[in-house]
Amino acid sequence: MALREGALRLNVLVRSRHFYKLTSLGGGVRSLTEKVSSKQVKSSAPETAADHLIYTQEHFALKESLRKLIDQEINPYVDQWEAEGKFPAHKIFKILGNAGFLGVNKPVEYGGLGLDFSFSVAVAEELGNIRCGGIPMAIGVQTDMTTPALARFGSDELKREFLLPSISGDKVACLGVSEVGAGSDVSSIKTKAVRKGDEYVINGGKMWTTNGTQADWMCLLANTSDGPPHKNKSLICLPMNLPGVHIARKIDKLGMWSSDTAEVFFDDVHVPCKNVIGQEGMGFTYQMLQFQEERLWAVANILTTADNVIQETIQYTRQRKIFKQPVLHHQAVHFRLAELQTEVELLRSLLYRATALYIKGNDVTKLASMAKLKGGRLAREVGDSCLQYWGGMGYTSDVLVSRFYRDSRLMSIGAGADEVMLGIICKYMDTLPGK
Amino acid sequence: MSGRVLVGVKRVIDYAVKIRVKPDNTGVVTDGVKHSMNPFCEIAVEEAVKLKEKKLIKEVVAVSCGPQQSQETIRTALAMGADRGIHVDVSGKDYENLGPLQVSKILAALAKQEDAQLILLGKQAIDDDCNQTGQMTAALLDWPQGTFASEVSLEGDKINLVREIDGGLEHIKINTPAVITADLRLNTPRYATLPNIMKAKKKKIATVKPADLGVDLTSRLEVLKVEEPPQRQAGMKVETVEDLVVKLKEAGRV
Repeated sequence: MALREGALRLNVLVRSRHFYKLTSLGGGVRSLTEKVSSKQVKSSAPETAADHLIYTQEHFALKESLRKLIDQEINPYVDQWEAEGKFPAHKIFKILGNAGFLGVNKPVEYGGLGLDFSFSVAVAEELGNIRCGGIPMAIGVQTDMTTPALARFGSDELKREFLLPSISGDKVACLGVSEVGAGSDVSSIKTKAVRKGDEYVINGGKMWTTNGTQADWMCLLANTSDGPPHKNKSLICLPMNLPGVHIARKIDKLGMWSSDTAEVFFDDVHVPCKNVIGQEGMGFTYQMLQFQEERLWAVANILTTADNVIQETIQYTRQRKIFKQPVLHHQAVHFRLAELQTEVELLRSLLYRATALYIKGNDVTKLASMAKLKGGRLAREVGDSCLQYWGGMGYTSDVLVSRFYRDSRLMSIGAGADEVMLGIICKYMDTLPGK
Repeated sequence: MSGRVLVGVKRVIDYAVKIRVKPDNTGVVTDGVKHSMNPFCEIAVEEAVKLKEKKLIKEVVAVSCGPQQSQETIRTALAMGADRGIHVDVSGKDYENLGPLQVSKILAALAKQEDAQLILLGKQAIDDDCNQTGQMTAALLDWPQGTFASEVSLEGDKINLVREIDGGLEHIKINTPAVITADLRLNTPRYATLPNIMKAKKKKIATVKPADLGVDLTSRLEVLKVEEPPQRQAGMKVETVEDLVVKLKEAGRV
């Protein structure tokens, strides 16, 4: 019995851990790392803990542990989940929650670790080693888009009901802000929460809801009064199983296939007034406060993936021959990869600079917006150039580069479109036309 | 019984790295190459921590022999749940010549000094594949040994062990104190959780020199040359068994 179980475990381990010597049942097992697509790639920034701008020994230990988790629990199944159009959020979030990765910068009283934002950045960076964009995005939504306002402004009762289980991985959260008619222009959302006694009755709908088909609760932004558009909205913790909440459809997208994105309708949904986070009318302000973190998180994530794509492209073009030479030997190719890697490192420096300033208490809205803008655009350039060098293979679904091409296109659109970032930067540069 | 377990952890080149032989053929390239804890050592640490969680032992001490960087490996063990660490500082030429004989002498000395009840090691390291340290340590201490362990259970002052051997599984019962070496199926090592990584910062790592333990590090072995295995040659296909025999005779193999 132990032998059979052992043989099965051996199989899983060989597939997922890529051990190159397992000898106890006689005969070694050769590693699977010959295949380019399954090979682990070294990150190109091997500074020691002593020299790093923002990371300490603990940050590196965190990354190593998270990397193991990704290699064992997530990456072996990514292809399957991409094909299925959904990843098992409850299962994966519970594994991450148990290891403490969902509450890195959240209060200790609710199961978080109370660490500073540099640890969130370290987590975001390491999640870039997941072989798709959908799962890191889903995790980022859980940790840094649905819960920051709740952690800062929510009542103790509300935090116990929604924040604590989101940190432990027992509840999946989603964010209800964007609507069919309002994305970049958050102030023009139409969903209404009308007060009736000590309840709100909610009508309206939300769009682009990541984790929407699996979520237990939604951090909902709705109009709770008739005042000016920046002062009449509130954030409400909405359980997704309430009567009147309809998941209209799972949206079929160009990329991020393993992340389920939903369109949700609210039809006279009753929710207690105590579910409002912080003060009524402050919802818009609360939501805006966390954008700096959200944007830096996205940049940290995309940089690791860009590194991996460039490295895989180098490996592929080194062994792929055209006209009797490796593709990589053509100057146009290795020079272009050098250009791309240079820009990745430049953006990484901006990321660390902004993070260092932020954890000291500074407002880094301008730098974070610049980083997000550059991140989205650079990801498109890396994806486009690298895919070209993969040739026909790059056009297939069997390789990481084509998935990266599709997944990373979202970065210039979601979490603040490029145009919104440009507007913010111009505001800081004082170049916008006066009102 | 002290209830103390010594766990040996070795810093090796990470299993996913493509190994390259140095141009002068004296060894493999280690500079700038990713290193991590030997996978079988991870399994040994996990087993020790599990025993502590079951309250069968009281303290887990992680030991590593090597240069300054070995402390990182000890920190990983601390993050997995070990209580404290001992770094046996060996560097330079001594480190290049460090092999199972020297390490087992060190472990034997430490076991006596720390009054250890149990020594848990990985069955072998993935860089040298020696599979000797556990056995030698037991011999030096004149302790029983349970190698290639796939199941361990403590029963009073005895240990029930299942060993993975070529013919199948062997069940043995040994006395304590003892040396156990962990095989692949003994357990699945836990992820070092973030809270434990932060707690590990406060745990102590003591540094000692082999001389302090009265250990002589001289090696009885001299590495003459290190080279890559020969490139795999193309094979040949034949149509019939008779052709095969002819070809084998031609090649002088039969």
